[in-house]
Amino acid sequence: MAPHLGFGVLDYDAAHMLGGAALVLSFALLYQRRVSAVINTYALQGWVLAAAAAWQGFVQGEANLYLTALVAVAAKGIVIPVALHRIVRRLEIHRSIETALGIFPSMILGVGLVALSILVVVPTTLASQALTREDLALALSVVLLGLLMMITRRNALTQVVGFMSLENGLILAAVGVAGMPLIVELSVAFLVMVAFIVFGVFFFRIRERFESLDVGRLDRLGELPR
Amino acid sequence: MSLFLALVTQVLHIALMLAAAPLLTGLVRWLKARLLGRVGASPLQPWRDLARLARKQPVLAENATMLFEIAPVVQFAAIGVAALLVPSFALGMASAPVADLLVIAGLLTLARCTLALAAMDIGTGFGGIGASREMMFGVFAEPALLMVIFTLTLLAGTTNLDTITELLREGSFGLRVSLGLAAVAFVAVALTETGRIPIDNSATHLELTMVHEAMVLEYSGRDLALIDGAAMLKLLLWFTLIGTVFVPFGAAPAGAGPLAWLVGLVCWGLKMGVLAAALAVLETAQAKMRVFRVPEFLGIALLLGLLAAVFLFVSQGFA
Repeated sequence: MAPHLGFGVLDYDAAHMLGGAALVLSFALLYQRRVSAVINTYALQGWVLAAAAAWQGFVQGEANLYLTALVAVAAKGIVIPVALHRIVRRLEIHRSIETALGIFPSMILGVGLVALSILVVVPTTLASQALTREDLALALSVVLLGLLMMITRRNALTQVVGFMSLENGLILAAVGVAGMPLIVELSVAFLVMVAFIVFGVFFFRIRERFESLDVGRLDRLGELPR
Repeated sequence: MSLFLALVTQVLHIALMLAAAPLLTGLVRWLKARLLGRVGASPLQPWRDLARLARKQPVLAENATMLFEIAPVVQFAAIGVAALLVPSFALGMASAPVADLLVIAGLLTLARCTLALAAMDIGTGFGGIGASREMMFGVFAEPALLMVIFTLTLLAGTTNLDTITELLREGSFGLRVSLGLAAVAFVAVALTETGRIPIDNSATHLELTMVHEAMVLEYSGRDLALIDGAAMLKLLLWFTLIGTVFVPFGAAPAGAGPLAWLVGLVCWGLKMGVLAAALAVLETAQAKMRVFRVPEFLGIALLLGLLAAVFLFVSQGFA
């Protein structure tokens, strides 16, 4: 049987499981068809991310990471989902999501992306432990799945959720590495907040113009709908 | 001595499974009723229903063939044998050497195919549509189940359920991402196989979308009792599988005495209770999905199983 490479140590295993949970939630984001379900799944991913950060803080003994966890819960677990729900209600876009690519093909692409990220991460990090490797592969997968979601959705709101889940992947990678300065994480979180506000304004502008959040309509130039 | 113990465990195990299956179904129904704010029938009700049905003579259609008559017995036997193999409160039962995951999957498939054939036997529209849907679900559920079995086999080096449980209990594998992914896929397959709410509604006879109930619409009397009993046993079987493989704690080790059995029994009861509560909450919170979304749902289970295997390769350094 193959060697276990240090599995069975609770510290690593739990961090690992949380990374895996974040990945499964990324798949769940791709799978959901209703706007509100997408937002709830995103919120759940925020909570899982916070748990991962807090656990890493506990394992590495760094108080900074607790702050990261707190920011994640406050921003991604509560504020952004609540705001998104409010936007959905204001713009009345409860309808199911229109996809540019079917759900199942995009899931297959997603698994391909996970395999890709493993293939990319493993050779470049041969020197480090298997555990770091797997954690990095998980985080990169979350990032790529976020990108995939941005590509395959036609509704601007779900594209933004894809963008923010991509950012979750970045934070997941950051908390797994010991010694990441807090200022980096905080500024990333801040940037996402700013981006979210910009997007929020943008939603209303698109909606005002085109009476829909379907970005497909942005392709047609030169004619304004009456 | 050890052979005697193994035999005693085996007999106790199957008696327990047969006795507890209707109770579990009753418990899930009662919990669901409570969640919906109704009083709910006592958890003993399925037992009473089965006893009532068993006393009644079956009514056969004029054009029913032999197949229609023997199908309930065959599928009950298949599921019963599968239930015999899945350890509940103690490991090291007499059937442990043959308790292979692939055998269990095969027995469940046998039961499904028998029932689907019998459903088409009389030639009513409902039977046919139920059978066709059931087989379609089977086509998609089985690869996902096999992926999960494949993952467990890669991890443990064997398809023997008893050995896998033993190895998982020791905890040398730790908490693996692969196991987590496999567990999610396994639950999705279990929901499909047992015909619970996101896939099929087990509480109705009145929907055009029903699957299991559509297949057994023509059955009555003691034949229906056998079919209903088998469905209940199947639910308990899947719960026990989940509890044994993914929460492998508490079960008495092979060759242990009655005291360890008692501990194992309490643990098993707790697991079943928690799973029953989870199922009741899930069924209350969710709506049944359209039939043609089920392949998608199971496709995702398959992909998760695939991911589990892929991550196993990475962590074991094959990739």
